[in-house]
Amino acid sequence: MRAGVGVLKAIQSNDLVWFGLILATLITFWFGESGLSDSARGVAVLVIFGLAYAKAAGVILQFMELKHAPWLWRLLLLGWLTVVVLGILLAWLIGDLRA
Amino acid sequence: MRIDDQKVSQSAAFVGDAELVDAELDDSHGSQFRLAGDLAVWLVILIELVTFGLFFMVFAFKRAFQVDLFNRMQSTLDLHSGVVNTILLITSSWFVARCVAAVRKGQSQAGARWLALAIVCGAAFLVMKTVEFKAKFDLGVNLSTNDFYMLYFTLAGFHMLHVVVGVIILAMLLVMVRRGKVAANNMHALETGAAFWHMVDLLWIILFPLVYVMR
Repeated sequence: MRAGVGVLKAIQSNDLVWFGLILATLITFWFGESGLSDSARGVAVLVIFGLAYAKAAGVILQFMELKHAPWLWRLLLLGWLTVVVLGILLAWLIGDLRA
Repeated sequence: MRIDDQKVSQSAAFVGDAELVDAELDDSHGSQFRLAGDLAVWLVILIELVTFGLFFMVFAFKRAFQVDLFNRMQSTLDLHSGVVNTILLITSSWFVARCVAAVRKGQSQAGARWLALAIVCGAAFLVMKTVEFKAKFDLGVNLSTNDFYMLYFTLAGFHMLHVVVGVIILAMLLVMVRRGKVAANNMHALETGAAFWHMVDLLWIILFPLVYVMR
């Protein structure tokens, strides 16, 4: 019991973020491996890039420590991420409409 | 707020001057607002992100006009290799974050161990990527095969170069941590190297679904 409490206390935010990142990666992989990225199309793209956004935000805020940084740096990196993901989604939509 | 005060606040917000920012921005959070690492390297990181962002856009919009070709070529990539590489980089990033936390607490020995593990993951990524590229070259697939492979080799190759640089930086930091040149009272080099390594991870997090999974 005491050992269990010790392990829980040793867990850092870094560990929880890593676990979330791995989980999101495996879900993304499953979309590709199962063929869902083909069959679910628009929904699949939204899920895959929703997960990619969450993963990247986790790295930016936790690992890069921007959650404790001046707001302008948070804005710059999260802004970059938002523009890139929205751009990719827009390109996908154009491709889908043309197909 | 007066205009002069506003200027001070904005300037402090950009450079991460902890004292100035604390006075203006700190709330019940209780911690300092501080940019971890060297400002010049953070500017380099911004430039790298913009450059890769443009690459990602080129890939996505080229794909929009050749969806069939890109989907067919994507199915010739090794998705398993892609996901293992993603796990390696994410885990390596986690090890580096653990290293920074350990060294800050004065646990340099533990920090060195985390850093060594991060280097192993980075090196494993490089080995896997080399094998993946070699398999393609052996099949006669190269930059001039088609638009997909031109962009794939450019994006993944450029990213791989960053991994090489990142691993070299981590190896140098490992030596510094072991020699006591990086410690709780002198975190600048470690925080700077860590920021660069996390950027390498961040880029792959976008590259993986874009190139390997999106249909």
